[in-house]
Amino acid sequence: MIPPAAPARPIDTPSFSTSRFRAEREADWIAFDLLLAKLEKKGAAALTSDELLQLPLLYRATLSSLSIARATSLDKALLDHLEALSIRGYFLVYGVRESRWNRLRRFFLYDWPAAVRSVWKETLIISLIILLGALTSYSLVSNNPEWYFNFVDEEMAGGRDPRATAEFLQSTLGHGKAAASKGESGLHVFATYLFTHNSQVSILSFALGFAFGVPTMMLEYYQGIGLGAMMAVFSAKGLGYDFGGWLFIHGTTELFAAALSGAAGLRIGTAVVFPGARGRLQAASDAGRTAGKVMVGVILMLFAAGLLEGFGRQLITDTMLRYAIGSLMLLFWLAYYYIPRREDVT
Amino acid sequence: MTAAAANAKSRTARAKKIRQFITPEGVDLELKIAGSGLRFGALLVDLILIQLTLLLFSLLMLWIGLASQSDTTAVVWMLGAFLLRTFWFIGFELGSRAATPGKRLMGIRVVARDGGRLTADAVVARNLIRELEIFLPLMMLGVGVAEDAVSGWLILAGVLWSLTLSLFLLFNRDRMRMGDLIAGTWVVMAQRVKLDADIGVDAAGDAMVFSEAELAVYGIFELQELERVLRGRDPRAMREVADAIRAKIGRAIAEEDDVFLLSYYRQLKARLERKLLFGKRREDKYASD
Repeated sequence: MIPPAAPARPIDTPSFSTSRFRAEREADWIAFDLLLAKLEKKGAAALTSDELLQLPLLYRATLSSLSIARATSLDKALLDHLEALSIRGYFLVYGVRESRWNRLRRFFLYDWPAAVRSVWKETLIISLIILLGALTSYSLVSNNPEWYFNFVDEEMAGGRDPRATAEFLQSTLGHGKAAASKGESGLHVFATYLFTHNSQVSILSFALGFAFGVPTMMLEYYQGIGLGAMMAVFSAKGLGYDFGGWLFIHGTTELFAAALSGAAGLRIGTAVVFPGARGRLQAASDAGRTAGKVMVGVILMLFAAGLLEGFGRQLITDTMLRYAIGSLMLLFWLAYYYIPRREDVT
Repeated sequence: MTAAAANAKSRTARAKKIRQFITPEGVDLELKIAGSGLRFGALLVDLILIQLTLLLFSLLMLWIGLASQSDTTAVVWMLGAFLLRTFWFIGFELGSRAATPGKRLMGIRVVARDGGRLTADAVVARNLIRELEIFLPLMMLGVGVAEDAVSGWLILAGVLWSLTLSLFLLFNRDRMRMGDLIAGTWVVMAQRVKLDADIGVDAAGDAMVFSEAELAVYGIFELQELERVLRGRDPRAMREVADAIRAKIGRAIAEEDDVFLLSYYRQLKARLERKLLFGKRREDKYASD
């Protein structure tokens, strides 16, 4: 762009003028703006190599213009435009990410197991809390069945309480025949319902973590309570082994996921209470990022658990097979998370 | 000098929202924290859009379901609704503009507080916490209504307690939600500003010449207000401003308002910019020249 011919001015007018500055640099800003629009709409792949080489040059030219304009110009529209353009440019130039595929690959190969590994202490604590909850209610209900009604909702139990007969309890574990008579088409609806419901509960258990982890621990303890109470009812009628299989097939995955979501919450809670050498905010955000990765994993695990519960448990009625599948899943998760592997080098 | 104090106050208020953000090139981008009103507006827009999408999706599924007589559509519907609710925010904020449609509309975006790039785990963390912030107060209400045994005061206490979490962003100066706090993010202004024409080079700008004394009455604040009026091109506002300036500098009405204002703007700007080059920044008319 050619600067407009300078009109005749009094002698004291400086030779530098912001209008001339703008006329000289404006072409760069417009080119940068167009390039950014293209980058935002179509991604980096749509840029030619020439444009890619231009990008950092134009970015630096714009930033330099911003510095000069701040020091010399009082044109608000110009300043605002340059500021907005620089901010937009900064986040696109420095925020360039890897491709979706690469990111996904890294998540499954490294980030997910690494995040789970790093919360191992919390996982252990939450598992113990669930176990403690189960033991508490188990011993209470075994000694006095009346306790059961304090722990388990009447609706949730669906008749599975200490007053029920062994035959009835047996029938609730089978499901194969019963489901067939009801029409098996309901299974996938049931599985999906379980998945979405459980995911919501774990998200909550994670999100509650920042209140120093206390609500998370309570929630997990409560989960254990329900489990133990049921266990007591079934084993009192000599059905403990069958009930274990009924629970085991999906429970290993689901309870593991529940423990992990609690661990993710607890990680945040402890980071807030004991930030160590870092600032409290810094510690919280570090913990939050690890926990975020764990939570994506938890949702995926719950999806698997939902499938196992909805389909696997209803279609497979053999208790031995149920145990086998449940153990296999548990081994799979343990191996996936905890077997040491080479660190991510990228 | 109440007007001077008010001007100074609004300047400090604006400065309070600006956060230093230095790029590797050494330029401070001066990010502005998005206000709570904008945040709430963006959330509202997003919730409405989610509900609309859900409604359309439900109708579509209902139609397909009735046509095909299969309950697969129920599964698809449930999964779809879950994905929509959980991943609407995450999906959009992972995009290159780091903003949901609501945020885009309000001209705000999410950035990492440390200036690094916004990672996927941070986006996931900040949005999963949102579940809690929105639904905990609702849940408290729901539980309270469902269980008659709980007294009204207890419900109120529960709702208030959960609201302090949800409204956390009102209580800190960085306007961080619980989720922002935990993910290490900020929400900042990111409007797009069109490059408007340079009104300083208009040929009409030299129609009149003002004396030094006539230009010395105003500062930068007034200059930029004048610029806003000139760009707005509203004849009534121009008349008002032109009259105010004429009264201040003691000139009679002799020419068109826009010619007068443009000439005055141009020469005032040249004068103030010249002073700026010599390191003298006169914020407003109350500051000494």
